[in-house]
Amino acid sequence: MAGRTDARWVITAATVVVIILAVLGILMAGGYDTPRALAALWNGAFGSSYALFSATLVRATPLLFVGLAVGIAFRAGVLNIGAEGQLLAGAAAAVAVGLAMGGFPRVIALPLALGAGAMAGGAWAGIAGWLNLRFGVLEVISTLMLNFVAAYLVSWLVRGPLQEPTRVYPQTVELAPSVHLPTLIDGHRMHLGLVLAVVLAVGAWWFLTHTAAGFRVRAVGAGRDAARSAGGINLGRTTALVFLASGALAGLGGASEAMGVTFALYEGISPGYGYSAIAVALLARLHPLVIVLSALLFGALEAGAAAMQREANVPSVLASVVEALIVLGVLSFDHARARRRHA
Amino acid sequence: MSDCVLALEGIDKRFADVQALRRASLNVRRGTLHAVLGENGAGKTTLMRIAFGMVPADAGAVLLEGVPVTLTSGADAIRRGLGMVHQHFTLVPAMTAAENIALGGHGRLDMRAVAARVQELGERTGLRVDPSARIATLGVGAQQRVEILKALYSDARILILDEPTAVLTPPETEELFAWLRRFVAAGGTAVLVTHKLHEALSIADDVTVLRRGQCVLTAAATQLDVPALVSAVTGDDAGGPQTAPDRRTPQRGARVARLDAVSAQDARGVVRVREASLECFAGEIVGLAGVEGSGVHELLRVLAGRLVPSRGVATLPPLIGFVPEDRLRDAVIEEFTLTENLALRGAGARRGRMPWSAMAVQTAGLMQRHDVRAPSPVSRAGTLSGGNQQKFVVGRELDEHPALVVAENPVRGLDIRATAHVLHELAGSAAAGSAVVFYSADIDELLPLADRMLVVFAGHVREVAVERAAVANALVGAA
Repeated sequence: MAGRTDARWVITAATVVVIILAVLGILMAGGYDTPRALAALWNGAFGSSYALFSATLVRATPLLFVGLAVGIAFRAGVLNIGAEGQLLAGAAAAVAVGLAMGGFPRVIALPLALGAGAMAGGAWAGIAGWLNLRFGVLEVISTLMLNFVAAYLVSWLVRGPLQEPTRVYPQTVELAPSVHLPTLIDGHRMHLGLVLAVVLAVGAWWFLTHTAAGFRVRAVGAGRDAARSAGGINLGRTTALVFLASGALAGLGGASEAMGVTFALYEGISPGYGYSAIAVALLARLHPLVIVLSALLFGALEAGAAAMQREANVPSVLASVVEALIVLGVLSFDHARARRRHA
Repeated sequence: MSDCVLALEGIDKRFADVQALRRASLNVRRGTLHAVLGENGAGKTTLMRIAFGMVPADAGAVLLEGVPVTLTSGADAIRRGLGMVHQHFTLVPAMTAAENIALGGHGRLDMRAVAARVQELGERTGLRVDPSARIATLGVGAQQRVEILKALYSDARILILDEPTAVLTPPETEELFAWLRRFVAAGGTAVLVTHKLHEALSIADDVTVLRRGQCVLTAAATQLDVPALVSAVTGDDAGGPQTAPDRRTPQRGARVARLDAVSAQDARGVVRVREASLECFAGEIVGLAGVEGSGVHELLRVLAGRLVPSRGVATLPPLIGFVPEDRLRDAVIEEFTLTENLALRGAGARRGRMPWSAMAVQTAGLMQRHDVRAPSPVSRAGTLSGGNQQKFVVGRELDEHPALVVAENPVRGLDIRATAHVLHELAGSAAAGSAVVFYSADIDELLPLADRMLVVFAGHVREVAVERAAVANALVGAA
């Protein structure tokens, strides 16, 4: 068992090394000042307390929420690639409730706004779950399509019912301070959402490994027929639970971003966190505790890429290229390994 | 050996840390049927895959008509007149028989010409198949005929069949063997891989026995008998373990399960079981027989509480042990540890935390009691051999003394030792007071054990005498 587990992480490490080499190749082939770009990447991510506490960890927070959302869904064999839409639904609901709760004390307003985000994300994923269980609609398609619906819903909200009163900008007014997630260090942007996300990661790990319900989730993902036949597990109920939990995690990510970073709802509130989540979860092999590290790595990458663009003129989309390479790398290594095992 | 049409000499093959074949040899004479016997893992299939060019040998030579050849692929072997019928069919279910046979061809595809040739080939050889029938609609026997026709279509003169009777009913097996005899009488050559000893003795001209990657015996079938083969296969001079446990004195206790006019549907909504009624009593072994498509699998699942009847009443005990036929699909999760696989049982109703440490202890005990050979309870199920996986499943399902045990083809594909172990466990479970329902596709496995015999035909259940002829007739609906 140990040998097999080790092999997986060796492959993961190898994937990362290959990708680093590929990035170096791209930088050199593009004629960029490679040493300067790499220095900017490092400094932008870890080079100063500002880089770490106001850039990297701030970026890592939503990635951790959505990474957990995708991770737990994939563990159950539910291919939820709609974390982006669920995050947007959560952000919209948290802002809507937060705007209404402006006059309430923080101890009431904060949990209610966060809860609204979780519920909205769960409900958004629940649509795909219901379509899947009732009509057999593939969740890969429905969750992806619902991402677009959610994006346009946000567009409508910030131009319609939730638009700021002057009706000039497509966004809401700023949330009252009582629904801001408090920062963790004075003068830095890192906020309470990070603590919540880490607690949820530990909770998700404990749930999967130590509870009967978590065991059912893993069993359904690893062998549906055996889970049903040998375990008497109700596939529909377990799958429904996973859709809701996954959506709620992504929705909380949206609420945390709106209440901790943007303090308002607008169209570009997520630069595609829900899609990056797939790479975050896959690189961590869907292990909740490793997802913490993987989210940190991607947060650093995105923060560093922004710095690289400012200082060395390297387009920050390089970060997206790296994410795509990770997904392709992990999947193809796994595929090759599975084929070798069954040869 | 001038008439030696296919020869494998001094074949070595190593997979990672397993020496699959060690200086293995096989000489197949032209116009003969050659049986290759051995336990699971003895290297039979590997040797055949080398003969068919699917895997390269580490050392040794493959000779066709006395000429050394280097086969690079199955396609290469087919070009040289070899054909292989795999244990697990390699047909595309959504395509027709003719389309499947045409697969692997080159250039322009003229389906009408293919269909005409398949028809002609079928009539000439007696392997009748409707060329336009979709594979998914054909029974297992017909699918196998398509596999053979596929080989003959590319002019195979040497046919390798890997465990061809594992999935066939007795009448289908007899039909296949009659055809094979005609095929070799007409100058063809066939290699039959099997683990059924009496099968090898009754049909083959020559027999080769493999044990742990080595050839331990090659002789004409007429010079051999079952005890000689058993000791060659198992390497046990004492004559080997008995396959079937001693017949018990049946002691019928209280009724534990009852089906009353039960009908049931398969996953696609087709009614498979029609108003079946039966009772099972504590302490008895009920043998159940039925061909593929007769509804026997659905009936077993109703009895096991895994399928809700569409009509009628099933009265079942709360605790039922179920050993399903497809263990890697329905019984164990390969990537889970043995402890986790043990935890599967009852997982649907479990609440709260998982008592992992208690379960690890329980798993270790189960492994010891049921002779499951694995390094530890945290070994992954997928790393165990098929026999050990099955012993684990049987142990898990029987350990809590369920009132009813439903076993579906529980010894399929197992070697002699594992088969004996599983059959003894079932008999022991009945002796301890469980009602055991035992289904097998092989009548000869059922008869020595069954106290009563039920046969399913076209969804109806009928009780018949515990006799070979009675069961064989009822299987095909004959009176």
